[in-house]
Amino acid sequence: MDFIQNVPFFSIMISMFSGIVSSILSEKWAKRLNTAVILAVGVMSGALLIWLCRTGCGSYIFMMGHFPAPWGNEIRAGVLEAGMAMFFSIVMLLSMTGGRKKLFDEVEYSKHNIYYILVDMMLSSLLALIYTNDLFTAYVFVEINTIAACGLIMIRQNGRTIEAAVRYMIMSLLGSGLLLMGICMLYDLTGHLLMSNIQQAMADIMANGTYRIPMLVTVGIMTIGLAIKSALFPCHAWLPDAYGYATVSSAAMLSSLVSKGYIFLLIKIFYRVIGLDIIYSSHIIGILFIFGLCGMLFGSFSAIGEKDIRRMIAFSSVAQIGYIYMGFGLGTQEGMVASVYHILVHAATKSLLFISAIGLTEVSGGSRSFFALNGSGYRNRIAGVGFAVGSLSMVGIPSFSGFVSKLLFAKAAIINPTWKMFPTVIVLAISTILNAIYFLKTVIRIYTPESALVEEEKGYYGIRWNQQRLYTVTIILFVILNLILGMNSQPVIHLIETGLANFA
Amino acid sequence: MSRLIPEEEYGKKPAGAFRQWMSGIRDPYLGNVEVKARAGQDENEELLKEHQEEVVSVIRKVHDVANNSQYILFRKFYKAAALICCLTLTVMLLVTVAYLPPVGSADNPAHNEVAAKYIEDGLQDTGAVNIVTGMILDYRAFDTFGESNVLFIATCTVLILMRNDKKKGKGSAEEEEHRDSFYEPKADKILQTAALILVPFIILFGIYVILNGHLSPGGGFSGGAIIGAGLILYLNAFGFEKTERFFTAKTYKWVSFSALSFYCIAKSYSFYTGAHHLESGIPLGTAGNILSSGLILPLNICVGLVVACTMYAFFALFRKGGF
Repeated sequence: MDFIQNVPFFSIMISMFSGIVSSILSEKWAKRLNTAVILAVGVMSGALLIWLCRTGCGSYIFMMGHFPAPWGNEIRAGVLEAGMAMFFSIVMLLSMTGGRKKLFDEVEYSKHNIYYILVDMMLSSLLALIYTNDLFTAYVFVEINTIAACGLIMIRQNGRTIEAAVRYMIMSLLGSGLLLMGICMLYDLTGHLLMSNIQQAMADIMANGTYRIPMLVTVGIMTIGLAIKSALFPCHAWLPDAYGYATVSSAAMLSSLVSKGYIFLLIKIFYRVIGLDIIYSSHIIGILFIFGLCGMLFGSFSAIGEKDIRRMIAFSSVAQIGYIYMGFGLGTQEGMVASVYHILVHAATKSLLFISAIGLTEVSGGSRSFFALNGSGYRNRIAGVGFAVGSLSMVGIPSFSGFVSKLLFAKAAIINPTWKMFPTVIVLAISTILNAIYFLKTVIRIYTPESALVEEEKGYYGIRWNQQRLYTVTIILFVILNLILGMNSQPVIHLIETGLANFA
Repeated sequence: MSRLIPEEEYGKKPAGAFRQWMSGIRDPYLGNVEVKARAGQDENEELLKEHQEEVVSVIRKVHDVANNSQYILFRKFYKAAALICCLTLTVMLLVTVAYLPPVGSADNPAHNEVAAKYIEDGLQDTGAVNIVTGMILDYRAFDTFGESNVLFIATCTVLILMRNDKKKGKGSAEEEEHRDSFYEPKADKILQTAALILVPFIILFGIYVILNGHLSPGGGFSGGAIIGAGLILYLNAFGFEKTERFFTAKTYKWVSFSALSFYCIAKSYSFYTGAHHLESGIPLGTAGNILSSGLILPLNICVGLVVACTMYAFFALFRKGGF
């Protein structure tokens, strides 16, 4: 075994250990440790990705302890997992640096080290969700992820965040409960918790015809549980408050990473636990498809009606999650690739939008109202650029990342013509127009100059780049990430395809 | 009743005091246990009236529940929808349960090679007589590590919500504690005596459960919960002044840090050697001895410490906002 194959194990363990150590460190050192750990995980996962591509070995199993799989724990790493881990740590690092200034304004200083503990734990749970090959391990880390997310929402203490955290907790626990119930029933039916063993038993059950009904219910409630946790359309009521009022780093991480961790787990369950043939032939995929389409439309409608810029971005997340589930719902390999690509696009873009929106509201007297933003793109130029890039990408303008994923969705729908083809293409078109309505009207507003008189009266001021160096660098890196995903998509798509092929 | 000594003197003797208490003449609590009445509020009638009117008008304006048709419709819809959702889910799950494999049947899918190996080789592999402990702390130690981190992070979130970092003045932790326990009886003799007798045994029993985790039912989680309960009982009887002599926020921080980091480092070593098929070099000892089964005993102690500290910390945070 090569030394580099330890990377998944090391990254999970160091992120957990850093969380534990942060409990006795001062705020400053906890911050440094947090940055160092996220960087280290990113670099290590990148190295693993390169190694995996070079050796061409699809995926390998890492034993966690002295006992092999059905008895002990194990994790499994492949191209897609390593790539996701690297990408998640990049986005997390940028979200942290972009919201650092706001963190000081909004969170009691004495509680900062708890914030870093939560972020470290969040990272470890995301990594464990990415790498795990065991359903119960997945559940344990889903729990950590849920509690950490609640903490991240309510660490900025005011009435709205507490209310948002309570809502988030109730909905999220409902999701966890359904997932746990599904895992229990799956164990009862198959006698295994290890993903690959369950898949074998599942194939036998489906072939023999025994226990087919409970199996269908089990698969259904697990899917619904994870869909609630990742805010699929009818269960998205917790989302706008949670993303809209939490401190900005939390909002960026929640929208771009936490929900994506659950979606990644769902993909894993489809591929490794249930098996693609079974899930594609069931009606569950059709339900996901319909709710995905509804989410694409209703998320955008709500966003158009919203006057608060951060809640508007949050509602746009509902639409984007709808895209991802719609891709699952197509029930083809191409649809799945498009969905995974959209996970990356949405993670990179949504965090950029949240981070740049905070720069714009800051120079508009702290008002989050859409109407106060006039000319804010001139007062804080880098934030304006960031917001414009993010908006164009979400709308799907060529050369930005959102374009590629929309193209992939449309292609996936047309390549295998079924009854799903027309709804997909039509809703995709409508949703693009709706996206354009609310994102472009904001972009136009932030670049409509406000008269100097009004600015003086309201006490608006401009911020230059050298007053916010870290923020500027963050936005630039985000924009570069977006452009890479938009203009250099072929290698990434190829990686996703090989990763998914090795997944089962 | 004829008596040799006068009534007053008789009342001072235990038998007399008991008789008086029985007949309701005397209440030993009165004046001995500090119960203070709520301090009277400002009896300014005008202010009170104004305040009441304000409350009523707010309710009328904002929450005009009775006449808001949209709200009423929503409430009705909400109730109906909730009922339908719950009933559907309940019926669906009940029907599903009917299709599940029968409980206790020998050819259930769950009776497979996984459970068989745990039972047959568990003692030999892990050195733990208690197979459950062997499973959670050796076979599947990674999950258990995650689980103890769940506790750790849960305390962190409660810290965010409840810890009061204000040292002095209005709204500080001290003041809050004062206000909270103001109306409670302090120095309750019955509670104190009971606690004095029970707490040592409770804690001793907790330690026994933890140390014998690999030999008999129990282990870190249950033993830690018992110790935590003992600490909470002690705190209730004697107040924060006594417990803060040996248990403060600093103690909590260091105990949970060292327990969790030992767990993390020890298990990382074990995972690493396991994954690379190396000998871990940790002797399993003779099965059945206290010092046996390799890492399980120290890990049980760590888990027990974390759980006990978490229980106590939760209670202290809810009581006072710090400890």
